[in-house]
Amino acid sequence: MRRLAFAAAFALAAAVTTIPAVGPALAETPADTLVVAKNIDDIITLDPAEVFEFSGGEVIANIYDRVMQYEPEDLTTLVGGVAESYEISDDGKTIVFKIRAGQKFHSGNPVRAEDVAFSLQRVIKLNKTPSFILSQLGWTPENVEGMVVAEDESTVRVTIGADFSPGLVLNALSAGVGSVVDKELVLSHEKDGDLGYDWLKNNSAGSGPFVLKTWKANELVMLEANADYRAGAPKLKRVVLQHIPEPSAQRLLIEKGDADMVRDLQPDQIKGLAGNADVVVNNYPKAALIYIGLNAQHPILGKPEVREAVRYMIDYQGMADSFLAGQYKVHQAVWPSGLWASYDETPFHFDLDKAKALLDQAGVGNGGFKIAIDTLAQPPYSEIAQSVQQSLSKLGIESEITLSEGKTLWPKYRARKHELIVAQWSPDYVDPHSNTDSFAHNPDNREEAGLTGKLAWRNAWSDPEVNALTEKAAQEVDLEKRRQLYLDLQKLVMEVSPYAVMFQLNEQVAMQKNVTGFVSGANFDLVFYRNVAKE
Amino acid sequence: MSQEARSSAGAGGSLLLSGAARRSANVLFTVALTFVGLTAVTFVIGRVMPNDPVLAIVGDRAPKAVYEAMRLELGLDKPIIQQYGIYLLKILQGDLGKSIMTGRDVIEDVARFFPATIELATVATLLGALVGVPMGVVAAVRQGRPTDHLVRILGLFGYSVPIFWLGLMALLVFYAKLGWLPGPGRIEVYYDGIVDSRTGFILIDSALQGEWEVFRNALSHIVLPAAMLATFALAYIARMTRSFMLDQLSQEYVLTARVKGLSEVQVIWRHVFRNVLVQLITIIGLTYASLLEGSVLTETVFAWPGIGQYITQSLFNADLNAVIGGTLAVGICFVGINMLSDVLYRIVDPRAR
Repeated sequence: MRRLAFAAAFALAAAVTTIPAVGPALAETPADTLVVAKNIDDIITLDPAEVFEFSGGEVIANIYDRVMQYEPEDLTTLVGGVAESYEISDDGKTIVFKIRAGQKFHSGNPVRAEDVAFSLQRVIKLNKTPSFILSQLGWTPENVEGMVVAEDESTVRVTIGADFSPGLVLNALSAGVGSVVDKELVLSHEKDGDLGYDWLKNNSAGSGPFVLKTWKANELVMLEANADYRAGAPKLKRVVLQHIPEPSAQRLLIEKGDADMVRDLQPDQIKGLAGNADVVVNNYPKAALIYIGLNAQHPILGKPEVREAVRYMIDYQGMADSFLAGQYKVHQAVWPSGLWASYDETPFHFDLDKAKALLDQAGVGNGGFKIAIDTLAQPPYSEIAQSVQQSLSKLGIESEITLSEGKTLWPKYRARKHELIVAQWSPDYVDPHSNTDSFAHNPDNREEAGLTGKLAWRNAWSDPEVNALTEKAAQEVDLEKRRQLYLDLQKLVMEVSPYAVMFQLNEQVAMQKNVTGFVSGANFDLVFYRNVAKE
Repeated sequence: MSQEARSSAGAGGSLLLSGAARRSANVLFTVALTFVGLTAVTFVIGRVMPNDPVLAIVGDRAPKAVYEAMRLELGLDKPIIQQYGIYLLKILQGDLGKSIMTGRDVIEDVARFFPATIELATVATLLGALVGVPMGVVAAVRQGRPTDHLVRILGLFGYSVPIFWLGLMALLVFYAKLGWLPGPGRIEVYYDGIVDSRTGFILIDSALQGEWEVFRNALSHIVLPAAMLATFALAYIARMTRSFMLDQLSQEYVLTARVKGLSEVQVIWRHVFRNVLVQLITIIGLTYASLLEGSVLTETVFAWPGIGQYITQSLFNADLNAVIGGTLAVGICFVGINMLSDVLYRIVDPRAR
C-alpha cells in the first residue's frame, strides 16, 4: 500500500513538473562559467589508471591529454595527443612516438617522453580494472619497463607483445589509460611505493585543457581553464558539474536558468521543454547498447532456435516509439552505429508467429517452463523487461522479472547464475575489438577459466568459428580488410550468438540557447568542454 | 549502605558522588554497548548483503585476477569474525577506513556530510517545535472545535504526505513559479570555496568569517528543505502535544486550579503545559534524531549533501566502511540526544533530579 502511495505520488510529481515552470524572472549563471546539472554519484576516483565510470571518464578526458586521442573538432579521426607523430615498424610490433615540443603540465613541468612511459607503465603496475586495455598488448608488471621505453627526451618506443593490428593498439592508447600524468608531481606524493595512487584519486596531474580544482563527492566537480593549453585556452574559465540526482529538479534548474546544461532528463521531461524558447535539446548518438543475454547453459535458452525466437519476440520499434522515445534507437549489431566498421542492418523485427514456429522447431513450442528475467531496477531496463515478459506470455511461456541494483546483479551475471538478462554495454575504447572481444571471443568456456570480464563467457557461449574470426580481425593490418572482417563477424554473431542486441543510446542534452560548442562523442569519455561558449 | 552512613553529611556527599559516578558508569556502559551493537549489526548486515564490495571498487568488467587481488586487499578472504575484530580494532584507533565512493577517509566524509544534515535537521526541528507545540496546545484546548479539526487535518497531511512529492511541489511553486527561494543545493556553486570549512556548518562558518553574502545564500537555500522536514516534525509534535495536553486537561488538579479562580492562560501554560514538558522533550528529541538519519528523500530532491544520502548511496555501492561510519555517527548522535533529554528532564522536572 505504501509502495502504491509512493508510486502515485511520484507519478503526480512527474506530471506536475511537466507543466512549464515559468517563474517571475530567470536566474543567470556567471558568464565565464558553465554549470552542468548531472548525476555524478558514479565518480569514485579521478586517477586515469583506475577511472572506469561514465562521469569520471568524462572528467579526466578534460584534464588529461592522452598519447593518442580524438579531438572535439573531428571525432572521426584519431590523432596524436601528447604525441606529435608515430612510426610503425614493418612487422607492426613496434611503434615509436615523437612527443610534441613545448607542452607543459598544469604544474609547469614540461611533458617529456619519460612522463609518457611512466604513465603507461604505472597503469600496468597498479593493475586496476581498465589496465586490461593495455595488458592485452602483452604488457605485464614484470616486462612493461622493457616494452614501453623513453629513448630520449622526446621519443617513446612501444613494443607490442601480442598479435594485434597497430590500428587497434593506437585506439587502445586513446582510452583513459592512455592519459599522460606528470611523473614528477605524482611521485612527489607517493606513499609506500603506491606510485601516487592514493593522492591522484582526488587530485590531478595533467596537461589537458582543464585543471581539477575541486571534487566533492555527491556535490560537485569544478574544473578551471588551463590558459596554457597547447590547442589554446578553453573559451570559458570554469566548468562546474553540479550533482543533481533528481531529473525533475534538473528540469527546474534549466528552466530557471540556474543551470546552463542538464544531462539526465527523462523522455517526459524532454517533451515538457518543447515550448520553452530559451532551452534547446540537442541529440548526441552514443555507443552504449542495450541487449538481452541468454545463458547458453540453460537447457532451453541454450538451443539455437530458441535464441533466434527471442530475437523475433522483441517489439523493437514499439519500444523505441513509446517509452524510449528519442533516447534510444533500434540497433542490432554488437558494434554501435556511427563508428568505423559498424554494421547497421536490422534484420530482426517483432514477429510472434515466426518466434512460435522457431520454438516449435526447438521442441518447446508448448511452453510449460518458466524463465527468470534479470535486469537493473531503473528505467528503461524494467520497462524493456516487462515488454519481453509480455511477448513470452503471448507465446505461453511464464516468466518472472527480478529487478536489482547493479552491485547485486553483476555478481550474479559474472557467476553465470542468470537465465535471461537485459543489460547495457558500452565500449572501453573506440575500436570494434573492444566490443567483439567481449561479446564474441571466449577461448575457454570452462567454469574454472573465470573469464568474467567477457560477456561471451558470462553467457557460457563459445563458438570456434566466431573466436577465430575475432582474433583474425584484431590482427589484420590492412584497414579495409579489417573493416570487412568486422562486418562479417557482426553478421555472424547476430545469427548464432545468445544475444539480442536491441537499442543504441541517444543522449539528449538540454541547454540554454546561448550555449554553443558542446561536443559529446560516441564513447562515454569523449565529452569535451573546451570549445563551449556562452554567447 | 548503613543507616548511620546515610545520616552523616560527609557520607551524604560521598553518596551523591557515588550516585553521579554510577550514572556516568551507566552512561558509559550504554554508549559502549550501543557502539559495539551498532558496529556488529551493521558489519554483519554489510557482509550478508548480496551487494559485492569488491565489484563496487573494481567494476563489473574487472578480470578475475584484478577482482581476486582486491578481495585479498580488502581482507574478505578472512573469517567474518576476524574481519570484524580487525575492523573494531581500527575504529578504536580512530580509523574508520576509506570510502569506496569518495576515495577519502570515512572520518573526513562524515565530518563533511554530517554537519549538512545536522544543520538541516536542527532548523527543521526548531521550526517544527516552535509551530507544532502551540498548534497542539490550541487544538487540545479547543477540542472538537474547527481549530482542532484544522490542526488534526494539517497534522494528518504533514504526517502522511510523501516528503519526496512535497519537496518537488515546493521546488516547483517557491523556486520555479514564484522565484522566492533558490533551487536545489546547499549553496550556489559559484560560492564554493569562498568560505573555509572550519566547523562544517556553512551558516556558522560563513558568519564567523564575515562572508555575509555566502551566509545569506546558504540561509536562503536551507529554507525549503528545512520547511519540508519541518512539516513532518510539526505534524508529529502537534499531534503528540495535543494528546498529552488532553490527558492532562482531564486531571483533577486542572479543575482545582480553575475553581481557585486562575485565568485560563495560567491554567494552561503554567500548570498543564509544564506537566507535559517532559514528554514533549522526549518526542522532540526523538523527532530530531529521526530527522538526522531519515532525511534521505529530502536530501535527494534538494541535492543536499547530507549523511542520509551518503549512507544510502554507500549501501547501494556496497561501500561498507562508509555505511558503518555513517551509521556510527548517527548512532552516537542518538545516544547524545538521549543524554541531552535526560539532562533537560532534570531541569524541568525537580522529581527527576
